[in-house]
Amino acid sequence: MNAAGIFSANGGRKRLAAALVVALLAIAPALAINFPALTGRVVDQANIIQPDTRVAIEQKLADLEAKSGIQLVVATVNSLEGQEVEPYANELFRKWALGEKQKNNGVLLLVAPNERRVRIEVGYGLEGTLTDALSKVIISNAMAPRFKAGNFSEGTSRGVDDIITVLTTDASEWQKRPSLRLDYQQPVDPANWILLAALFGFFILVSPTFRWLFFNIVLNVLASSGSSRGGYSGGSYSGGGGFSGGGGSSGGGGASGSW
Amino acid sequence: MVVSMARIRGFFAVILLGLTVAGCGYNTIPTLEVQAKAKWSDVQNNYQRRADLIPNLVSTVQGYAKQEREVLTSVIEARAKATSVKIDASQLTDPEKVKQFQDAQNQLSGALGRLIAVSENYPDLKSNQNFLALQSQLEGTENRIAVARRDYIESVRAYNTELRTFPGVLWASTFFRSNKPMAEFAASTGSDKPPQVKF
Repeated sequence: MNAAGIFSANGGRKRLAAALVVALLAIAPALAINFPALTGRVVDQANIIQPDTRVAIEQKLADLEAKSGIQLVVATVNSLEGQEVEPYANELFRKWALGEKQKNNGVLLLVAPNERRVRIEVGYGLEGTLTDALSKVIISNAMAPRFKAGNFSEGTSRGVDDIITVLTTDASEWQKRPSLRLDYQQPVDPANWILLAALFGFFILVSPTFRWLFFNIVLNVLASSGSSRGGYSGGSYSGGGGFSGGGGSSGGGGASGSW
Repeated sequence: MVVSMARIRGFFAVILLGLTVAGCGYNTIPTLEVQAKAKWSDVQNNYQRRADLIPNLVSTVQGYAKQEREVLTSVIEARAKATSVKIDASQLTDPEKVKQFQDAQNQLSGALGRLIAVSENYPDLKSNQNFLALQSQLEGTENRIAVARRDYIESVRAYNTELRTFPGVLWASTFFRSNKPMAEFAASTGSDKPPQVKF
């Protein structure tokens, strides 16, 4: 043991061993599970969803994200690798980082047909909308009975429909977070504009300095906008068909069930 | 002119020193400490969330199963005890205090587990919508507690490792002498897994 010799103190060897154990423990969970890759909005590793249903679900999920920014992903796995469905779903959610980083608005619908377990894992930002109780209701009403009959395509499809319904029809929730809505516009009170315009006109009439300043600015803006058009470039668009999570996280919200 | 040159040089020296110190990991210990404390507040919040669910749960069960007085009072007492043991972030280095908190919460978990088990005997209660909703909320909260605990344990491990390993140990023995390792949750038998709430 050369390394232990470096430490003159008595606890050196022990401390080194402790550090080694800590390092191993830190690595162990990362090696333990072999998660599927995030290849699209529907990751059907267990191969239980029919192709036409799959296409339909993917379209709905893409529409949902375009409309509200919410990333909902469906995953089916061959095995939970000896874990309970809850920690597995949470780790998978965090690995895929579903939802936007600031809003944590992601949802993972995980089906493990071999363990007969299903879970809706909800990101931090959506816990108030898609609550544990509602998730449970969706699982036990829309999904579990169909899974029991072996109808995975329909069960998953219905589950997705219900989740989308809950996420998109809760009016009070939309109003609380207007930034989630693309079609939302700040209402403008016309009285404010009239007041502002009146004040402006008043100053132009009264103050020569203000008049001079104002016309200088207006002329400047007009002149520069004529010559320097095209200087603006839009943000780089990184499209290309790939799909990835936006950096969101989950703290274990949602519900699980079995059939 | 000479004075101002010296001043500029001094200014740059301070910036450079700041950058090197930051580059050497001076910030790592405080950063990890803040993270661990934040994770702790998540843990505490989730336990509080569970405590908040209990009065409603107890009154719902009471409506159907009055004769189970013993189980119901044990839940109420365990809840009172658990909510009275609070740890603020500065007490996290005290293993005794952390253990107290843990024991109180474990006792509540046990009492809750018994309450859920007992409620199995009452079909009317089991089909009550309010009870079902409460049950799924309780289940979700237990899961959140498990996640928050796991996150906290991981961040404490990172913080404690930083205090004991190079180069963190240099800072720990000079500028951060007052920073003590935080107490980890002892993974006592069965405490890592929430009580099984089966339907």
